[in-house]
Amino acid sequence: MGITSKPVVFAVLSAVVILIGTTVTVFIPLFMPSTQPISASITPYTAVEQEGRDIYMREGCNNCHTQTVRPLRTEVLRYGEYSKPEEFAYDRPFLWGSRRTGPDLNRVGGKYPDSWHYKHLDSPQSMFEKSNMPPYGWLAKNRLDTEYSLKKTSTLGYGYSQNDVQQQIAQYRSTVTDGNYPSKESRDKVTPPELQKELTEMDALIAYLQKLGRDVKKMEAAK
Amino acid sequence: MVPNNDGRDEMSETDREKYNFNIVRGFAFSALFWLVIGLIVGLWIAFEMFNPALNLTPWLSFGRLRVVHTNGLGLGFGLAAIFATSYYILQRLTRTPIIFPRLAQAHLYLFNTVIALGALSLFTGMNTTKEYAELEWPLDLGVVVFWVMFAINVFGTLIKRQEKQMYISLWYIISMTVAIAILYIVNNLEIPVTLFKSYSVYAGANDANVEWWYGHNVVGFIFTVPILAMFYYFLPKSTGLPIYSHRLSIVSFWALNFAYLWTGAHHLMLTPLPEWIQTVAMAFSIFLIAPSWGSVVNGYYTLQGNWDQMRSNYLVKFFIAGITFYGLQTLQGPLQGLRTLNAFFHYTDWVVGHVHMGTMGWVTMVISASFYYMIPRITNTEIYSVKLANIHFWLILVGQFTWTITMWIAGIQQGAMWKATNPDGSLMYNFLDTVTSLYPYYKLRFAAGGIYFIGILVFVWNLIMTVRKQPSQTEA
Repeated sequence: MGITSKPVVFAVLSAVVILIGTTVTVFIPLFMPSTQPISASITPYTAVEQEGRDIYMREGCNNCHTQTVRPLRTEVLRYGEYSKPEEFAYDRPFLWGSRRTGPDLNRVGGKYPDSWHYKHLDSPQSMFEKSNMPPYGWLAKNRLDTEYSLKKTSTLGYGYSQNDVQQQIAQYRSTVTDGNYPSKESRDKVTPPELQKELTEMDALIAYLQKLGRDVKKMEAAK
Repeated sequence: MVPNNDGRDEMSETDREKYNFNIVRGFAFSALFWLVIGLIVGLWIAFEMFNPALNLTPWLSFGRLRVVHTNGLGLGFGLAAIFATSYYILQRLTRTPIIFPRLAQAHLYLFNTVIALGALSLFTGMNTTKEYAELEWPLDLGVVVFWVMFAINVFGTLIKRQEKQMYISLWYIISMTVAIAILYIVNNLEIPVTLFKSYSVYAGANDANVEWWYGHNVVGFIFTVPILAMFYYFLPKSTGLPIYSHRLSIVSFWALNFAYLWTGAHHLMLTPLPEWIQTVAMAFSIFLIAPSWGSVVNGYYTLQGNWDQMRSNYLVKFFIAGITFYGLQTLQGPLQGLRTLNAFFHYTDWVVGHVHMGTMGWVTMVISASFYYMIPRITNTEIYSVKLANIHFWLILVGQFTWTITMWIAGIQQGAMWKATNPDGSLMYNFLDTVTSLYPYYKLRFAAGGIYFIGILVFVWNLIMTVRKQPSQTEA
């Protein structure tokens, strides 16, 4: 009496039916370069920025912050130029998010100085009394673990040598620990003295946030 | 064929010995455990939304807890309840005991181990960030292994079955088993860096497309398909009424299975994902109303001429309220997937309200009634208290409805505030204003969640007392 008395045939048929839409809307686009175009202006994250991105993921920042500005008038007005697909070529995974409990962050890079982020991450309520963002001051009390930085960037195919990775880390460390670092005061305030000469998790997170949306400006200018 | 309704005495003692109901009971009470844990976490983060003081430690910060909530309830409660009812339905509809009882027992242990480790790992921040697939790769492997264990028992028992025809509920169990395997594996393909860290194999727009194909369909094949399996089995069983139309259920089944997989990108409207994928998703979302309502209509018409059971049979209230929320859910979903409406509603609390109508309304209502029907039968007893079951019904109904309506209003308000402009074209509200204006709604949502939680505690208590009652009953 037909397939309802043949469980294996039924299962195979179900799989076929399920795979039709899957193939057209997911599998085929995976092999179309137009789904995720690339641009020479968009560069991969540095080792430090990537560590910052991993902290962003670990703390689940994506649960409250989106990273995609839609092509809507008020949205462009609020956040800046709408998101372009090329920007995300190195995002594994993507972090577009699904709920804006906090504002979108795709254009946050360069919007505020580092000092703003040190103060804000340490205590959002000290800057915005009624904000519901959790405080992240403890990130400045954790030394940044760079043990896997090389392995991470190689897994992601950024093409950095061991030397490159070490240099990127050393360079960012010297930037934020330099006596002339413009955000020195705010950084020192939240960073315990024994870590002030080291890279902390907060340093890396801020490096990542400052990268967001910066390259696309170069890309737009090159057009 | 339609399952026989042979009333309370449907299962003889030999039947009860023949079937493996320990496994059903094990999964049912696992489900209740994860339900309570997931809801406590839910209440905690609902409080954090208007008072960040509860972000006491990194472990208790919103970003980490939200995924414990969604995974604990989706994978913990949802899957356990599905396994419990599937093992029951499978045995009853095939008239065959589970073919590999020891494998099923191992499935139960592995499942609970993976969920417990999953919760723990999410607390510590091992989070791949792909929604509803946040577990890191070693736990993904655990999920795949227990899914295969389940599938072996499903197909093994089906092949050995003693009832030739497979009833509708079995179709849904088969398609869930196949679909979840495909969805879970494809979306979780990742390259490990360490034991606790991996990166997705897909990048950017592709990763987003794969993730929301998964995210949407995991809802479809966990919160819809197996719940329909329960609905099609337990509604006729508990009312003594055959399903209204067999033909309608066939059409609905295949149309649902076909159309669901095209619609994931309605979660990605107006993002950098290619527009054609979004548009295809939008079209199929609208189409999906038809098979969804096929089941709704089938449910309503089953009670045709017997609506008095709404009053006389406490289980019917759960099923009918449940299928009504399913009907509302499957209208609201496709509509908010339309590009213009999506531009307004997306990223607001409206969507949060939408999801919770499905989970707190449809899913939990149908699981509740299924458990109330199933647990007394497998333990050879009566439900501890029908009165408590009624209290449970009204508490979760009021809790859920207050919860979702509050979030819809909050969503409309926030969407409107984001879009509001002054006569000179500048934005009327800064972002923080649009957040703080929602705090009254968040407080009301927390209170509604509390009412719902009390209802769930009544449910759990009622079932524990039902099972406890058993020894004294057999003595008598």
